Amino acid sequence: MFYREAGQYKTTYAADMAIFPIRQDRYGLALILLIAFVAIPAFGNQFLINTMMIPFLILSLAAIGLNLLTGYTGLLSLGTGAFMGVGAYACYKLETFFPQVNILVWIVVSGFVSALVGVAFGLPSLRIKGFYLAVATLAAQFFLEWCFARVPWLVNYNDSGAIEVPSETLFGLSVTGPTATPVTRYLVVLTIVAAMAWIASNIVHGRIGRMWMAVRDMDIAAELIGIRLLRAKLLAFAVSSFYVGVAGAMMVFLWLGAAEAEAFNIDLSFQILFMIIIGGLGSIVGAFFGATIIHLLPIALRALPAMVGLSIDAARIDQLTFMITGILIIVFLIAEPHGLARLWQTAKQKLRVWPFPY
Amino acid sequence: MKTMTLFKSAVGGLALSLAAPVTAVAEDSIYVPLFTYRTGPFAGSGTPIADGMHDYLAMLNERDGGIGGVKLVVDECETGYDTKKGLECYDAVKPKNPVIVNPWSTGITLSLIPKASVDKIPILSMAYGLSASARGDVFPWVFNPPATYWDGLSEILKYVGGGSIDALKGKTVGYLYFDAGYGREPIPMFQTLAKEVGFTLKLYPVAPANMQNQSAQWLDIRRDNPDFLVMYGWGAMNPTAIKEAAKAEFPMDKLVSIWWPNDADAASAGDGAKGFKMLNWHGTGANYPALADIQKLVIDKGKSQTPRGEVGEVLYNRGVYNSVLIAEAIAQAQKITGKKVVTGEDVRRGLENLNLDAARFKELGLDGFAGSFKTTCADHNSHSATFVQQWDGAKWTKASDLIGPDTARVEPLLDEAAKAYAEKNAGWPARSEPCDNK
Repeated sequence: MFYREAGQYKTTYAADMAIFPIRQDRYGLALILLIAFVAIPAFGNQFLINTMMIPFLILSLAAIGLNLLTGYTGLLSLGTGAFMGVGAYACYKLETFFPQVNILVWIVVSGFVSALVGVAFGLPSLRIKGFYLAVATLAAQFFLEWCFARVPWLVNYNDSGAIEVPSETLFGLSVTGPTATPVTRYLVVLTIVAAMAWIASNIVHGRIGRMWMAVRDMDIAAELIGIRLLRAKLLAFAVSSFYVGVAGAMMVFLWLGAAEAEAFNIDLSFQILFMIIIGGLGSIVGAFFGATIIHLLPIALRALPAMVGLSIDAARIDQLTFMITGILIIVFLIAEPHGLARLWQTAKQKLRVWPFPY
Repeated sequence: MKTMTLFKSAVGGLALSLAAPVTAVAEDSIYVPLFTYRTGPFAGSGTPIADGMHDYLAMLNERDGGIGGVKLVVDECETGYDTKKGLECYDAVKPKNPVIVNPWSTGITLSLIPKASVDKIPILSMAYGLSASARGDVFPWVFNPPATYWDGLSEILKYVGGGSIDALKGKTVGYLYFDAGYGREPIPMFQTLAKEVGFTLKLYPVAPANMQNQSAQWLDIRRDNPDFLVMYGWGAMNPTAIKEAAKAEFPMDKLVSIWWPNDADAASAGDGAKGFKMLNWHGTGANYPALADIQKLVIDKGKSQTPRGEVGEVLYNRGVYNSVLIAEAIAQAQKITGKKVVTGEDVRRGLENLNLDAARFKELGLDGFAGSFKTTCADHNSHSATFVQQWDGAKWTKASDLIGPDTARVEPLLDEAAKAYAEKNAGWPARSEPCDNK
């Protein structure tokens, strides 16, 4: 009744091609951005911002990155954790070499370093596909993790083997290190994630995105209609690794504050992969849904017993959370094998014709 | 039975929650969060420590009504030895004004160190964490008594050298270690010593993902046949290493570990583990009045998760020792400030003025439990002497007298590391906290 395009006339091609053709969708997006940029910093407490929102946004960005590669181009990768690590270590090295340069510059530049490494490890994708490619990227995961642990130059010969984040300021406000307030860090993360999500959405709706999807659906056919596979696949690896690398740099600099090589292990790769599978392959909004289920849901479940005044052992809560999250994932996937993004689409479609479905 | 109590508590809790939504920490209590891990691959080490820490504080609440008449609110948060979850725990407990945090993981400690001075919550990383944090003038908010990993290494080498590291000249020493920050920290010192003294050092790293698969390392150990093997392990790595050593017929009395293996780790290898040695600095066994009080007032009353027979194990007693330090720091803080309900800032001062001598241990009901030690503003560690204990197949026996660290070699390293840390972390604050024991 309220959610429909009746009366909204499209008078230009641009309007017809808009990502959000319905006005209500645009209002909804504006409202979400308003809440994210204004309401949460203004009213959210430290736990919400520090433990829930910042990691949620960073993981969502990594999931968007992986989605560009796996969801849009059809190249399965298990090296996401390691590419995040490349971003983080690159950012750390650059930051300690040139501490006078703005940290945001280094976060973006470390994305390019990660993109380079991603392209190098993406080369096998020209020959192999599917699970075989997954194994090749798994090699990248282990090799890079080995480098993080074994190359002392990467951690500036720190005895502890960890990278530690120095305090940095931006327009006089401290953004990294212990003196940075959660709200500042949150706003920096949110700005980067919002901007990059917008760019990603434009990429996938444009020529490049269609090229990727053609490769995904059938690469021989794509080749026959004139798409150069080498370029398309390597571009997908580069762009995806760029996103993932920026997410990794933000993970250390704006969330954890210090990290050992262990932080970028295979578990992280799987976590991101599960996010895009649950959220929906080939969907930008799906990345956010996936991060909600994988990151926010367990935190909410852990906080629940204390909120209702239950006293359950910390360890038992943890085990219960683990089980419930697992069950919910299975339930969601049975309800909609194409992920939450498809569920969201179906719901919107139903809402459009409500209350008079035809 | 257990599910029944869980169900009951669920129903009770639900009913209670409807009446009173959020129960905040009361004004007249002291909030002590415990970061523990009873799940995951490190649960084998984490569970007895968690039990020991919890039980001692719970016993103080039962027996003495808390510390100085103020009840302690003890709250566990499960970290799973995972840095991200540890940070989540930290953010979760921070609003409740904790007076101290015990990260129980080197990774979590490293992430928390920069936050401590900003949030005014002192960190007690007992004999783990960043060795350099022993320097109180650089790290006023971090405490790692009673010894650092570098102290421990020099003590082990002194022991195997028969009292002096220099006696190791010409020998081959192996180092089997957990390949993360914790195990890697002693390597630079080890290498320097090898060069100085003239022994051959062989490194056998065990990746955290492969803790239970050490066959490759033990093949190498058999090939190199080192005269002594030093072990820095944690979690599932310890029992696996001891089992592999027994399988490889490595002479057990040549295998000396840092202070982290537990009774169960040695017991899991059966008779093969006889003769296994490790460093320790406190008593084992349950034969102390304070531990009897724990048994009587906490465990027998069903107020703890401690299984039968765990009291007195190495890591259980380690947990108790950790809580003794917490309790002493709070008591000292009360003494210094004259306040009953102390804050994190007060407890920091308490930690800086710990003075546990034999008489004090006796007062606590822990006569002869551990050697005396003292912290000062400059020295947050005390670099206590430790002893070697040996597994006889059923229990630990003392195998050496107290061995002090090689101070001449450790001290310069600490200064250098502390300086390097402050330099690398641009903008590291200079100490501005006052000192009570100048």
